[in-house]
Formats: sequence, C-alpha cells, structure tokens
Amino acid sequence: MDKDKIDQIIAKHHSDASSLIQILLEIQSVNRWLPKEAIERVSKKLKVPLDRIQHIVTFYKSFSLVPKGRHEIHVCTGTACHVRGAPRVLDTIQDLTGIKPGETDSELKFSLETVNCVGCCALGPVMVIDGEYHGKIAPANSEDVLKNYE
Amino acid sequence: MSEIILDIDGKEVSAREETTILEAAQSAGIFIPTLCHHEKLNSYGACRICTVEVESRGRVSLVASCVYPVESGLIVRTRSEKIDKTRKMLLELAMAHAPDSEVLRELAQEYGADKDRFEKESSFCILCGLCVRYCAEVKGKNAVGFIDRGAKREISFIPEIAAKECWDCKECFPLCPTSYLQAAYVLTEALAFPPKSSKPASEE
Amino acid sequence: MPRINSPAESEEFRKDIISKRDPNKPCISICTGTGCLALGAANVVAAFNDEIKKQGLESKVDVRETGCPGFCERGPLIVISPEEICYLQVQPEDAKEIVSQTILGKKVIERLLYVDPIEDKKITHESEIPFYKNQMRYLIGNNIKIDPKSIDDYLATGGYAALVKALFKQSPEQVVEQVKNSKLRGRGGAGFPAGIKWEFARNNPEKTKYVIVNADEGDPGAFMDRAVLEGNPFSVLEGLTIGAYAIGSHEGYIYVRQEYPLAVENVTGAIKQAEAHGFLGKNILGSGFDFTVKVHQGAGAFVCGEETSLLRSLEGKAGEATSKPPFPASKGLWGKPTNINNVETWANVPLIINQGADAFAAIGTEGSKGTKIFSLVGKVNNTGLVEVPMGITLRDIIYKIGGGIPDGKKFKAVQTGGPSGGCIPEEHLDIKVDFDELAKVGAIMGSGGMIVMDEDTCMVDVARYFLNFLTDESCGKCAPCREGVKQMHKILADISEGKAKESDLELLEQLCEVIGDASLCGLGKTAPNPVLSTLRYFRDEYEAHIKDKRCPAYVCKELISFYIDPEKCLACQICFRKCPAEAVIGGKNKIHIIDQDKCTKCGTCFEVCPSRFSAVSRLSGEPVPSPIPEEARIIVRKSKSK
Repeated sequence: MDKDKIDQIIAKHHSDASSLIQILLEIQSVNRWLPKEAIERVSKKLKVPLDRIQHIVTFYKSFSLVPKGRHEIHVCTGTACHVRGAPRVLDTIQDLTGIKPGETDSELKFSLETVNCVGCCALGPVMVIDGEYHGKIAPANSEDVLKNYE
Repeated sequence: MSEIILDIDGKEVSAREETTILEAAQSAGIFIPTLCHHEKLNSYGACRICTVEVESRGRVSLVASCVYPVESGLIVRTRSEKIDKTRKMLLELAMAHAPDSEVLRELAQEYGADKDRFEKESSFCILCGLCVRYCAEVKGKNAVGFIDRGAKREISFIPEIAAKECWDCKECFPLCPTSYLQAAYVLTEALAFPPKSSKPASEE
Repeated sequence: MPRINSPAESEEFRKDIISKRDPNKPCISICTGTGCLALGAANVVAAFNDEIKKQGLESKVDVRETGCPGFCERGPLIVISPEEICYLQVQPEDAKEIVSQTILGKKVIERLLYVDPIEDKKITHESEIPFYKNQMRYLIGNNIKIDPKSIDDYLATGGYAALVKALFKQSPEQVVEQVKNSKLRGRGGAGFPAGIKWEFARNNPEKTKYVIVNADEGDPGAFMDRAVLEGNPFSVLEGLTIGAYAIGSHEGYIYVRQEYPLAVENVTGAIKQAEAHGFLGKNILGSGFDFTVKVHQGAGAFVCGEETSLLRSLEGKAGEATSKPPFPASKGLWGKPTNINNVETWANVPLIINQGADAFAAIGTEGSKGTKIFSLVGKVNNTGLVEVPMGITLRDIIYKIGGGIPDGKKFKAVQTGGPSGGCIPEEHLDIKVDFDELAKVGAIMGSGGMIVMDEDTCMVDVARYFLNFLTDESCGKCAPCREGVKQMHKILADISEGKAKESDLELLEQLCEVIGDASLCGLGKTAPNPVLSTLRYFRDEYEAHIKDKRCPAYVCKELISFYIDPEKCLACQICFRKCPAEAVIGGKNKIHIIDQDKCTKCGTCFEVCPSRFSAVSRLSGEPVPSPIPEEARIIVRKSKSK
C-alpha cells in the first residue's frame, strides 16, 4: 500500500496514538487488508510498540492480515438467525465455496465471515454480500444467491 | 496517606491507602498463592489464584486480592471451602496445559487438584503474561506480546526485535512457570533468525 | 444555518420551523432504517420521488426518509400524514397507485393495510395497529416523524427543550438529583441506577471528566440501540449533553460498533449539525458551557461492550477488561472520572428533564421505572422493536404485541439478556418484566434482546450456541473465562453430539460456579447463565441427549436422521431436486431414498415434502430403517386414460 496514503490517514487523526484503532480501520477499509509494511509504518509514525499493534490487529475481527476476496460474504449467526436455521445456511455456504469463516478461496473470489447480528432479525436468516442484504436464506436457495457474484 | 485497618483471617492488619489486599496480607506475613503476580510489575489480575473472600457491609464476594484495594473495616478470608474449590479448579484448568510445571504441581498438592481432570491442551503456556509484562514494563523492549483473543490467545515474539535484544537479555526466562517461554523463543529463533555468529550454538 | 445563542433564539427558531410546516400538507414518511433498507426501501423512496416529480407535485407533497419505527416484520413501511395511514410491505411499483389513490384521491388502498388476524379486520391508522397500540412509544415513537439527517425535524417535535431547561433553569446538581429521583436504571444490561453513577462522577474533584455513549450493542438479536442512534441521533446527543453538564464533563465519546455503518454516519452528521447550530461545541446556546463529542468505531469485539474493555479500546489498546474497583466513575478513560451509559439510557434523559422525575417514575414498577425497548425476534409473528412500560407481562409482549408463535407451533421459551441471560419457560410467562423479576427466574433484562423459541428449538443447542459465541468473544485475559468457558463448550458439544457421560453434567455445574465467582469481568461472570437457566428448566432435554442419544427437538445434527417413509412417498421428486447435498436417490416413479452418508441434515426435504404426503420424517434416538430393496421402489401409477 502507498506509504503516502498511510501517512495521510495518520495525519488526519493528528497522529494521535489513541486513534490507533480508528487509523487502522481506515487503512483496512481503503486497502481491504493490512499488509505488514502498513503496520510497521503506523508503529513508527505513532511511536507505538509493534507488539501492541500486533495484538490489536489479531484481537479485533475487523482487521485482516491477508488479502480478501472480490466478494465478502457475511453470514449472520445472531441468536434470532440461529433459531431460524442459520447454522444450516452456513454449512451450505461452506460447502459451496469450499472455505470456512475467516478464509478466502484460492482464486480470491469469496471471503467468508460470520457476523453476530446485523440488526435485520425480521429477515433472518440473513446473508450480506458486498454490503447487499439477502434475507430468508435457506440451504435450498443459497446457491442461486451466490451465482449472482462473479 | 492514611492508615486503613482491615481483618485478614481474623488478624487485624494495618495498610496504607491505595494498597491491595495482597500487599497488606504479605506485609502481615499472611500467604496468598499467586501465579501472575510479580513485585516489579503492575498487578494484572489474570490467573485468579489469589482469589479471596471479602465481606463488606454484609455482602460477601470473591475478588482477586492482587488488584482489590484495601477498605476500612473489610473482612478478608484467604482460605475457605469456596476459595479452595475455586483454586482447585483453576489449577486443574491450568494443568491441562502444563501438567509438569513445578509451580503448579506444588499448588496442586495443597489444593488436591487433579492434573488429569481435563484433556491435555496443545499449548503448555498458561498465559500468566509475566514475560510480556516484564519486557514491556521493566525492559521497555516489547519483544514479546500477546496475539488474538479468547482461547486462541498466545504469546508471540516479534522476530526483528527478539533478534536484536533477547540473546543478551533472557531476563524473562526464569519468570516463566512452565518453560513455554523458552520453547517459544527457541522456535522463533530457529524460524526467523540465526544465532549470533560470535556464539556458535555448540559452545553455549 | 443560524447559530443559536440563547434560549429565546432557540424557541424562535423552533417556532419558525413549525410555522413553515403546514400540518395538512401530505407527507409520505418512509422507513429507511437498516432493516427496511435491506428489504429495498431505497428503491421505494426513489419510486416515490420519481412519481411525485412526474405528477408535478414536488411543492405539494413531502417525502421524508425516516428512522426505524420498529415493525420490521412488515417492511418496507410508510406512514402518510396527516391522516397517519400506515401501509405495509410497500414495493416500488406501489408508488404510482399510492400517489394517485391516497395522496390525491384520498382513498385508502386496502391490500396494503394491516389485517388483524383475530378479527380479520383491516386497520388503517398506525396507532390502531395492535403491534403499536399496546406499546408505550416514548423513545421510539418519534422515529417515523424524524429524518435523522434533519435537526429541523428534531426541533419541530420538541427536541432540545430539555437541554435549554437544564442549562438555564437548573444547576448541575439539580439535574443529577432529577435523574436520581427518576430512578432510571441503566439500559445496557446491568441496570445500575444512573443517577447514583452520575453522582459519583459529579462529586469527584478531578477537573477533567468524560462522558461516553456505549453503542457497542453486541448482544446478537438486539438492535434497539441501532434504531435509536440511526433514527433519532439528536435525542442521544441531547441526553449526553445534559449529562455532561450535570457531571462537569466537556468531552464526550460515542463508541459505536463497526457493524452499524449507518448509525455511525447519522450520528456523525447530527454532531456536525448540532455544532453548527450551537447545540454542541463552545458556549452552547450562550450558556457558557462547552462540550464536544467524537465518534469512535469499534472493530469487531463483543467484549468492548463491557465498560472497562470499551475504555481500553478508546485508549487505542486491545479490549482487555481491567478490574473494578476502581470504577470508571473514579478512574476511567485515561485514569479520569468517566460516566458510561447505554444509548437508551441517554435517550431517556431529555424525557426526565422535560416531564420531571415524578412523571417518569410514575411509569413502571417499584424497582424499574420508565419504558424499555425490546427487540422481539425469533419464532414470533410480529418481529421488530417494541417499547413497553416496565411491568408489562412477557405474555402480553409475545402474544398481544408479538402476535404469538407462527405456523401453529408451541411456545417453548423466551431468551432475554443475550449471552449473559437466560431462557424463561412458559410457566413464567405472566411475570412482570422488570429487572428484579427477571433475575428471580434466572434471566436478566440485558440490553433488550428478546428471542422467542418454539418446540423446534433445542435448548441444549441454545446453550451450546451461547458458549460458542463466548469462546470466540472472550478477551482471553483471565483464566476462569478463557479456559473455563472453553471447557464448558467442549462438554456442550459432546452432549449435542451424543458423546457425553452423566458425570459431565456435574462437571458442567462445577465449572459454572468457578467461572461465575472468579472471572475478572461481567462477560465471564455471567457466562454460566445460559447453561444454568437451560439446566434449571430443561434438564430433561440434557438427559435425553446424554442417556438416550436423542435430541427431542430434532436439531442436533449428530443425533438426528431424516427418513422417507416408503408407504407415503409418491415420487413427486421435489425433495430429489431441492436437496443441496444430492443425497436423495430419486427418479420418476421410484420411491425416494435418502443416502444417509451424503445427507447433511439440512432439513430441506422435510420442509419441501408436500403436506398431503408428509413422507419425510425426523428420527432421533432410534436407528434408521434399512432402505427397501430396489424392486420394491417402483411405483405403478394407475393409468389416466379410462
């Protein structure tokens, strides 16, 4: 990732060490993952020990240390979706994509994550792909939904 | 700072304000077991072995003595059926990771803990954090830190810093209750950087 | 945009806004909360805007994009004022008809109305729909009237009157007293009296103090705070500003979970507007009181809803819990006195100041005052957000407002309090919903998630689900939570897979005791609750799993099988086609068989088999009959030509 872009983001937060997580979130959002160089740059510019950043980027699930696929699938596994059958949906999606939550397939097409409640419980089970919400998902209709994503 | 009077195991103990129950007990010669505590480091409150019963305004609760501040009129019990049950299980959970640790074995004897109560875990680190905290607070090098969370939490060396600092230091090694630390260091060393050429491994 | 510098100017500004609004002018309010947006509300908005433009009605009809009014099951939802006609499940194609028929023609479109299932009556007005009628919507009632991006809308509905009253007519101590007298208890889960917490912070001699809005709302199945923050962000800002004044803080933070991008957007926009108008920033409304607010996003960690973890996260660290005492009111953010409250708690503050503490305390029970917003979800007909007075019964919420259990299924339990809470069975449906009453039956109020479960829910699976959640979300710092919850989860997994022994229940109970007693923070301390409550009320289900290797609700995959009854199957081929694992051996005129090795237990065949055949059954705790021989599978159809 472009060093200048990283510096820009840091400067926007006034190089404030308490904004560390906000800075990393912005880098993650722009770059879709956090390369080692980006983490080292942030550590250097904010004068924050590397082990603290390492802890933060592995502790919080919003961060990814590996490149994500073109399409990010989030299957909601909140309690309401769970009682409506979300585990079966997750199993089916895993079978169809060949990956488990937290993984990206080898062609960098899909990344799969579970998310605990997106606040659309009336539509449950819910699957969000690239920010697009798909409701009332069942094992039977999962494949059709995924077919729309190249 | 004013003096606070509290009762520990029936003994009247006087302590300075803003000290912990553990410090007050130790100053009065009352023993409370600990795993993650070290006098050179900030109290952490992670292992919970130092759990004691406190009674204040008629309410009894269990607290970690290494972090709980002394209060005037507090009644503290360092041993009881509940405390012993608690420590026993905490030791059993820890020994699923490190059944051979001397420190744990000694405590296990005292509390009747069964090292085989739980299935063996793959990592023999008990995450007391002594190494991480020592390197950060005493040495200021931050060569080793925590990663991830929950049951996936681990200690992890930063290879570049470890390569520079650890060989000549190793002050954290004797702190480790399970010698996992030494194993983790050796692994990092083997994978990420060679030993200093002036000290061939055969001459160590 | 004028900056307001005095209470008088504020009132003038408000009057000006109201005077410019014709109460009789038609206005189409469309819910654009996250839930309705997911159902296509953005297209509905576009369709209305297009239609109004087409018909040249821009100056005659308003379209307002609003926050969530709670009836999520029936979105996209619109309310047409001034008549307050409520249309449900509105599609973009309906816009044309609605504009012509209802706006211009003043006629109601029957097919878009709510139908009362009991009396089979169509209901036109929003306030008469049973879902709404039985609620007390002090906090969320205004959502359908307010565009969260418009401070004018907030002012038009009476917003910021409380702030003016507090800043200019009351001392900080008087404000604290009001909140104390209202007996408002925190809405985040623990229910600690807010006024007492404020008083601790107020009395601290430190100069620098902080106030924080906890909008981390991590309980899965709960989205009340999302609706309030997205739909009426000014109400939260107003409450926060009043609190800052009362405590003596000049700097506030709103910690929003990263999974709520619209809430982040709306509250950030609200802060900018409030600052521009003088309701936030330096010398608020000319009172001499300074207060600024920043928004911080979470980064995907449930534990950061716990206040000490939240503080560490705000400080740019990993969200590891730290011990209490000292409490945040004495040593919080950066070691300074800090008051953290939940979104809904802050939103209640303007109500208390406006109505007065006594009026507020007149609602609710002795121990729990005011209203509470619940997210009523799961196996219930009317899924959505409901706001009710404390003291209403669970039965009224689930049946009167929620419309009962769908598909004729039997109620089994209602889960409240998220991963810190418990499951309440039918025998307690008539308890009054109140902090103390819920605790007595082994649950907690929690943040408001209320998940209804029916006969098809396995309570062992529910306990396993929550423990799985907690093993993932535990910060991992303290041993009892990190190691103990992991071991409990292992046992629950064994139970649900039929691998557990009787002694495992005893070990489970012992772990519950130690984890509850010795954990560092609330996450660990309450982690045993889902296990303890399901053991208390559904022990028979645990024992069926352990002794009989049977899952009575047919949920636990390793203990169930699906079987096609050869006497009933007529080879309609539906399950054959729909099976996602291609585990059905079918074919024309051949009785279908399930290949048990390929079957993933997804239940699709059971769901799609037509009810007139009902050929698919679920088995548990008994062996699957062997498949019938090939020759016996052939169906001879009666010839049609006769």
